[in-house]
Parts: sequence; C-alpha cells; structure tokens
Amino acid sequence: MSDTPVIPEEPIQKARHPFVEAWEMFRRNHAAVVALAVLVLIILGAIFGPILYATDPFEMVWAPFSPPGVDGYLLGTDYLGRDMMAMVLNGARVSLLIGLAAAVVSVVIGVTVGALAGFYRGLVEEVLMRITEFFQVLPTLLFSMVVVALFKTSLPMITFAIGVVSWTAVARITRSEFLRIRELEYVTASRASGVKNLRLMFKVILPNALPPIIVQSALMVGSAILFEAGLSFLGLTDPNIVSWGQIIGSNRQYILDASFTVTIPGLAIFVTVLAISLVGDGLNDALNPKLRQR
Amino acid sequence: MTEPLLKVENLRIELKLRDGVAPVIDDLSFELMPGESLSFVGESGCGKSMTALAIMGLLPEGIGRIASGKLIFDGEDLTTASEARLRQIRGNEISMIFQEPMTSLNPVITVGEQIAEVLRTHQGLSRKAAWDQAAELLDAVRIPNPRSRVSDYPFQMSGGQRQRVMIAIALACKPKILIADEPTTALDVTVQAQIFDLLRDLRAQTGTSIIMITHDMGAVAEMAERMIVMYAGRKAEIGPVDQIIDHARHPYTQGLISCVPHIMSDLTETREELTEVPGIVPSLREFGRDQCLFASRCKYRSGECLQHRPPAKGFGNGQISDCWHAEAL
Repeated sequence: MSDTPVIPEEPIQKARHPFVEAWEMFRRNHAAVVALAVLVLIILGAIFGPILYATDPFEMVWAPFSPPGVDGYLLGTDYLGRDMMAMVLNGARVSLLIGLAAAVVSVVIGVTVGALAGFYRGLVEEVLMRITEFFQVLPTLLFSMVVVALFKTSLPMITFAIGVVSWTAVARITRSEFLRIRELEYVTASRASGVKNLRLMFKVILPNALPPIIVQSALMVGSAILFEAGLSFLGLTDPNIVSWGQIIGSNRQYILDASFTVTIPGLAIFVTVLAISLVGDGLNDALNPKLRQR
Repeated sequence: MTEPLLKVENLRIELKLRDGVAPVIDDLSFELMPGESLSFVGESGCGKSMTALAIMGLLPEGIGRIASGKLIFDGEDLTTASEARLRQIRGNEISMIFQEPMTSLNPVITVGEQIAEVLRTHQGLSRKAAWDQAAELLDAVRIPNPRSRVSDYPFQMSGGQRQRVMIAIALACKPKILIADEPTTALDVTVQAQIFDLLRDLRAQTGTSIIMITHDMGAVAEMAERMIVMYAGRKAEIGPVDQIIDHARHPYTQGLISCVPHIMSDLTETREELTEVPGIVPSLREFGRDQCLFASRCKYRSGECLQHRPPAKGFGNGQISDCWHAEAL
C-alpha cells in the first residue's frame, strides 16, 4: 500500500570536458575564428602550393617586373624575371617552418629554465633568472645577426639564432606559473604520496601551467616569422632558399619602380602574423580561467 | 605491551619569521599505538597541521624546520632519514589526506591514474594491474560504478567523491598510519558523516592507525580513542577522549567542549547558554615564552601562570594536563 511517489530518474548532468569548454570560448571570439580559417588556408597553401604550382622559384621565366595578372603571371615577376607566385608559395614553407621551429626551440629552453627556477627556488632560481635577464637585455636582432654571421647561414642556424633570443618570455611565464602551482594543495598531496621531483615538475605541475605557455608560444610563432623576415631582409639567410623576407630584401632597390615585388610578400607576412596573433588572442580567451565568466 | 608505532619525542619545530624564529611546535611528545586513532584538536594556528607536515617530512622548505626532538616511526628516526627514504615512506607507510578535496587532486589527470600512480611507484605494479586495483579501491571507498568512474577527471566529481578518491589514494598501499588533516571541514554535514563512517570501517578492515586533525569536538568524539589538545604550539592536554570530555583538566579544553552543544554529557530541559573562549591565539612572536600562553584568555589565571610554563601533570586515568591549576579543575 505504499504510495511513495516514484521519483523519475533524472539524467545525470555530466560536467563538460575542458576541451569542449575551451572551444566554446574560442568560438565566441569571431576575429579569432576568422583568423584561424585564414591561417589554415595559409598552411594548406604552404604545404600543397609548391606541389600544385610546380614552377621553380629560382627559374627566370619571363621578363623582369611584369606586373601582377599580366602575361599570365598571377603575381607578376621580380627583378630577375622569376615567378612571384612560386616564390611566395615556396617562401611560405620556409617562413612558417622557421616560425614553428624557432618557437619550439624557445619553448623548450624557456620551459626548462622556468620550470627549474620555479620548482627549486633558492640559488638555482637566482642563477637561472639572472641568465634570463642577461638574454632579455641583449639587443635581440643584433645578437642573432652576430650568431648567423659568425656561423653559417643555414636554416637550422637561423632557427637556433631566433630561438635563443626569444625564450626569455616563456621562461618568466613558466617560472611564475610554477611558483603559483607548487604551493597548491594537489602538489603537496602528490608530494605526500611520495612522487619524485622530476615527475612532480613535468607530470603534476607542468600540465597545469600549460595554458599561458601555449598562448605565449602561439604568439611567438608570429614574432619568429617577423624575425626571420628581418634577418633575411638584411641578407642573413641561406641564399638557396626563398623566404618572404628574402624576396623583400632582394627587391628593395626597385621599390619605387615595381612596388608590387615588395608589397606582395610584405602582405603575406602581415596577414600571417596578424592571423597568428588573433588566434593567440582567441586561445587566451579560451584558456584563461579568469575570462571564463565574461 | 606492544611497541608504539610512532613515537614523537620533545619535538620542536621552528618557523622563520621576518624578525627571528618562532617555535610553532614547542616540546611536543606523544605516542601512537598500532591501530589506534588519535586526534589533534585546537583552533587555527596552534600547530596541528605543522605536526602532521613534520611527520610527513613536508615542512615548508626554507621556512620551517625541525629544531630538535625525534620522530621515531617503527624504530627509525624520521628527522635524520634521507629524502629518498622519506619518499619511500610517504604514501606507502604513512599517507595523508588533506582539508580541501576540491583542490587536492590534480585537475588534469584522471582519478584512476592518480590512484594507479601511487601503486606503481610504491608497489611496482604494472600499468594494467595498478589500473584494476584503482577501480577496486574506488569500490572500497564506495564510489558507485567504479569501473567507469576511474577514467573520470576530478572536475566530474563532487566534493565528497573527491575526498573519497583522496582516501583511496592514501590507503592504496595499505599504510600503517593515515594522517587526516581536517578531512571533512570543507564538506557539508551529511557528507561528513559518510566520510567518518568510511574512515571508521576502513580502519576496522585494515588496522591502520589514524591521526586526525580537526577543530571539531564532535568529530573527535565520533572518531578517536585518544586526543591531544594543542594550544599555541604546545600540548595543553592529552588523554582518552571519553575521560577528557567527561572531565577536562585544562581550562582551554573546557572552553572548547562548552563551545559544542551536542556533546555535553547530560542533556537537560534547560538549555545552557553556549559559551565561547574569549580572545584570540597569541601571535607567533609570543610563542615560546616561559609562561602559560593561554593565561591571557583564562579565567583561572594566577601569578605563577605568568611566570613559568606549566608542568605536565598526570592523572591516574591516562589524562595529562599542562596547567598550574589542573588538580583544582
């Protein structure tokens, strides 16, 4: 005779996965979504462009300074009569590759230095942060010019030269995150269950410190591309490889007669770096918990 | 007579302050028997958690240190043990659960992985075996659907469930001592009772000794056999819980007990007014003075309270009180 009302079983509301939440936040930043689309196009262009458009960027194919769209050359020809379209597509590969690789180099150096400094504190921190400050006050362009000029102008050396001057920001961010997180309870709890230091650093603390580091490294890809453009504009680049900065550099004498030879690669750099910055901004929205509630 | 599992002798912990050092634990001695449940009671800042961290060897680096005394665990002095040895002991023979279940689990790793990690480190289990055992442990701490919940992240669980996971991690290697630092303070009352039930049952099953740190006299009455009342880094009173609640021999203990309505021994129709202990704990700078540190808040204060630190006075029933007026109370 029990009349206890049957309580309908409610579907348990599962908390959403952080990745889903981050994507939701990213999507709300329209500029970042557009930038992401542009960036994907640029990356696809860099990967497949030179395959589909198989003109050798070093080959003289037509009369010099043929304006864009004339004579069948979509982006015209440069001062040696080389096909600008082929050069821009091939240059995209090099510029993006150097941007990414240099960002990886500086993230590896920066995270290692920052993690050690933030985790061990004391003397280790003092020494490492003084070294970081030393690199911070170096005139970066000059320093990497010296590195490239002293050794050889190969792609790995340029990448290294860019990475080695731009890791300081990552180191400082990593250190500050480590300083914050190492005092949190779950780190103490991990210590209390006998976890070794190395594991504590890279498995417990680092994954929790990643969001700001990811944002910073995304932005760094952009600045590395700019940096490479600067270096190759000054001629400090591998002459056997086309990059955007190099196209600008080699055509700079003709800027008044045939401005498109400088403008087109310049635009390519501008759009790419802008897209990367906007995506970085969107990542910041997505990953920064303080902005979540807005 | 069995040997005590943990013997703390004249422990003194100093904390570095801007102007000198302060003894946050001053001359503390106690023993913990195998399978026993001991409670530390006292208000915030009286050194309960510091004692726990000292036993774990986790005093804040560069700030706190053990100045003198011994921590003898199973015949081994932990104060002189190497960091590597301490790591072996931590989580394996002595483990700890913390106050804030919401923040004590690593948010980016699944709970199963966090339990399995301890098992792999200390027991050398394989990935698969550790994972299976993690599910069994979740079952043991009464989390429903343990097979599917092992791959949950902490954010998918409630506070009570997270504290259960913490208990599962702490008990994974069947430790000899479990230190629970205010395990239920952050949980609501019904969940508190469940956690206490769980701890009691697990203790009965595994024979683990429990050191529980709390400021809740109700929790003490429910969980512990013996209690230590701490005040300003010193032991105020120690003894069997029922004896102390029945007849506290230290004015501070009396104050603490009269703050709690539901454990007064005889409930009468007339409701006594709840009292409070007036004043606050002295600041760290005043710790370590040769006087009774509770004197400024004590209604039994007399001349000698301000001149000398009170000696420990034992009573036949196992009660020891550090008060000049212990006999008179």
